[in-house]
Amino acid sequence: MKARVVGDVSMLPDGAFGSRTPIWWGLICFILIEGGGFALACGAYFFLMSHTEPWPPSRFPPDLPAGIAFTALLLLSEIPNVFTKRAEKAQDERATQLGLIAASFVGALLLAIRWFEFHSLNVRWDDNAYGSIVWALLFLHTVHLITDWADTVVLAVFTFTHEVDTNRFSDVADNSLYWHFVVIAWLPIYALIYWVPRLAG
Amino acid sequence: MSAAYPREVGAKEAEALHAQLDATWRTGTGFWDRLATVDHKIVGRRYIVTGFVFFVLAGILAVLMRLQLATPQSGLISADRYNQIFSMHGTTMMFLFAVPIMEAMGVYLVPLMCGTRNIAYPRLNAYSYWVYLFGGVMIWVAFLLNVGPETGWFSYVPLAGPEFSPGKRTDFWAQMITFTEVSALAVAAELIATILKQRAPGMTLARMPLFLWSILVTSVMILFAMPAVMLASSFLISDRLIGTHFYNPAEGGDPLLWQHLFWFFGHPEVYIIFVPALGMVSSIVATFAQRTIFAYPAMVMALIGNGLLAFGLWVHHMFATGLPRLGNSFYTSASMTIALPAGVQIFCWIATLWDGKPRFKAPLLFVLGFVVIFVLGGLTGVMLASVPLDLQLHDTYFVVAHFHYVLIGGAVFPLFGGFYYWFPKITGRMLSEKAGAWNFWLFFVGFNVAFFPMHILGLIGMPRRVYTYPAGLGWELWNRISTLGGLVIVVSVLIFIGNVTVSLRRGALAGDNPWDAATLEWATTSPPPSYNFAHIPVVTTREALWSEDRPVMEGLKSESREVLCTSVLDAEPDMRHASPKPSLWPLFTALATSAMFIGSIFHEWALVWGSLPIVVGLIGWLWPTTPPKRQLEAAT
Ligand code: HEM
Ligand SMILES: [Cu+2]
Repeated sequence: MKARVVGDVSMLPDGAFGSRTPIWWGLICFILIEGGGFALACGAYFFLMSHTEPWPPSRFPPDLPAGIAFTALLLLSEIPNVFTKRAEKAQDERATQLGLIAASFVGALLLAIRWFEFHSLNVRWDDNAYGSIVWALLFLHTVHLITDWADTVVLAVFTFTHEVDTNRFSDVADNSLYWHFVVIAWLPIYALIYWVPRLAG
Repeated sequence: MSAAYPREVGAKEAEALHAQLDATWRTGTGFWDRLATVDHKIVGRRYIVTGFVFFVLAGILAVLMRLQLATPQSGLISADRYNQIFSMHGTTMMFLFAVPIMEAMGVYLVPLMCGTRNIAYPRLNAYSYWVYLFGGVMIWVAFLLNVGPETGWFSYVPLAGPEFSPGKRTDFWAQMITFTEVSALAVAAELIATILKQRAPGMTLARMPLFLWSILVTSVMILFAMPAVMLASSFLISDRLIGTHFYNPAEGGDPLLWQHLFWFFGHPEVYIIFVPALGMVSSIVATFAQRTIFAYPAMVMALIGNGLLAFGLWVHHMFATGLPRLGNSFYTSASMTIALPAGVQIFCWIATLWDGKPRFKAPLLFVLGFVVIFVLGGLTGVMLASVPLDLQLHDTYFVVAHFHYVLIGGAVFPLFGGFYYWFPKITGRMLSEKAGAWNFWLFFVGFNVAFFPMHILGLIGMPRRVYTYPAGLGWELWNRISTLGGLVIVVSVLIFIGNVTVSLRRGALAGDNPWDAATLEWATTSPPPSYNFAHIPVVTTREALWSEDRPVMEGLKSESREVLCTSVLDAEPDMRHASPKPSLWPLFTALATSAMFIGSIFHEWALVWGSLPIVVGLIGWLWPTTPPKRQLEAAT
């Protein structure tokens, strides 16, 4: 049968932003998966908490300074993140590079503080179930932190070595979106690790 | 190019276009080309074949179990070996056969049904296949080396904990979970993006074939269900390897945490297997009745309802654990409501067949077998949803009978129907109808002979997971009959394999659309060319190929890989999108992933060092295809 052509798509753009691209949907799936994992881990926390009296069993909740410093800096990290996102939307190459470099440095600093957080938990993962779940939550979040930080660094390098086109800008935009997720996911975990033991104990 | 539309494509022009597209999309025949391919049809085919091989392997284990149980106090298999065999049978069937093969059918069919050139994220697709393959090989090698899983397909703690399952057996099982879930999640994301963004222009959500709906619902379920089992098995392996106490009651942990997390996944798992099967059934029923599916909106709602309800029900696997009373009644009624969407769909299929002109070919036979068996399985399911009865029958062969009715009736029969239905598309040749009828009847009869007696065995007290039983309990006869039925199934599956082998070479040529079906995969040649469609099909009705008019669109590049993206709801053409070229990086990354997963069974720091090669692999994989700046500067 002969094909009857009714239209031409060659005029359509070959790149776009946000929900118009398949990548964005992939990222949303990824965030749902990871968000589901976090939610279940938080559920496991409460499940274990309901069995243990007192909580934490040692009565020593984690020390606050590292956690507070981390949370404050994480919230501040939204400044370079949003700045970068704006620069990408405007397709401004210089500003994008600047934003990515800033975000990379903040990310490295966050990881350094995270190291101290692990040392201020006042419990080991193999002490008891409380220790296990607290370590698990912090570990899970750290994996995401590292992943997105590595992605940011690699993207920053790309903007120096490679021509930046719409698709690259769009990648950077998706990276910013993922960072939002890393920030938002931290808040409940922060509450569970640092505050619930204080309020419950 | 300012052609006036509509216009017809001349023969010369069509030929030139085919040649150009073929050069752009073809997978080379060299060894490395094959490993690097990202063609969803080739990957999908590998996935289907691998899944079927695991079905046969797990089937062999089933036969071994049946032979052992055919006589009381049989010495064929030792207790320890039997533990590994039933664990491997259940594990392989659920994690390496049923879920992957359903997704594999999606990987092959979804892009074709959407009218697009390749799946979304084709490299991720290649990666997911390799990870799945390596995970499956790992667990089977472990099994053959006598370190196979031994604690059943749901590995309850404390039995699976460090105290009662020492050694590495359960660690391999837990990492098998990680392998298969990584790959299942990747495929789910690909299928969702493909269905939402790459449908043919005009294929609005309301015109989407039910198979696509079923795959969409399944994939979303996978996104929500699989993280639970990954979390559960990560907790398990860390309890076993680095001394955490998630499941250890002595230190504030709780074995019930495992059960909650596992069944939060495990119950939807059954629907993850079952919902794609419903999509296959709908495809087959519409085609063989030659009529649009009765009450399409109700069918869509039922699929979605299945997906939603499936998440409320996990606790019914835990009635025997002594949960609060009110909770139990709630879950009983919820478990019974799930009968509703299933009932709606069965009613609609029967109505469709009633009103159509059914042709009783092999695919439809399997569908009818499905309806009969599934209704029986559903009945025993509703029985088990009542708490007092469940307490009585828990862990008996009654349960074994029930879930095989549901799983084999609900998934394996539709799947075989799907094999007969789509084999011509995939290979270009028809399967033999005569062998198909033998295949079906032997399977149907053998199945009932094998599994119906298990209901009785359960009622008269035979527990599941026993490697033998003493004589004189009245179990001998029913067990012997059951084993006979199992052997009949073996013959039936052998006939199927023979049918495939012979038909691949000598089957009748299929042509584009041998069944006169309505969906887009039948609009292209059988087997489809590497680029699927020379022009992008345009859809104007729900049954695209049953209308006289076959409009298409042009304008995607033919000298580089491009797919068309359309809007989510109305499938309006929106942008052209570059589709990745073949690459060996997904294979490399999958090997690195496997090394990390397996390494971490032996040393926890493998998790850290092992992730470095993965990072290298990912960077190579995602390396931009735009030219480096230095090159651009040199050129000017
Ligand atoms: C085709 C013929 C099959 C036969 C003859 C068969 C036979 C058996 C037998 C005898 C058991 C009981 C083991 C015991 O409790 O001691 C069993 C368990 C099981 N079977 Fe099958 N089976 C077949 C197909 C399937 C299929 C297609 C699936 C899934 C898609 C499946 C999933 C399971 C599961 C999950 C278990 C439970 C394993 C456990 O207790 O951990 N089987 N099967
Ligand atoms: Cu269930």
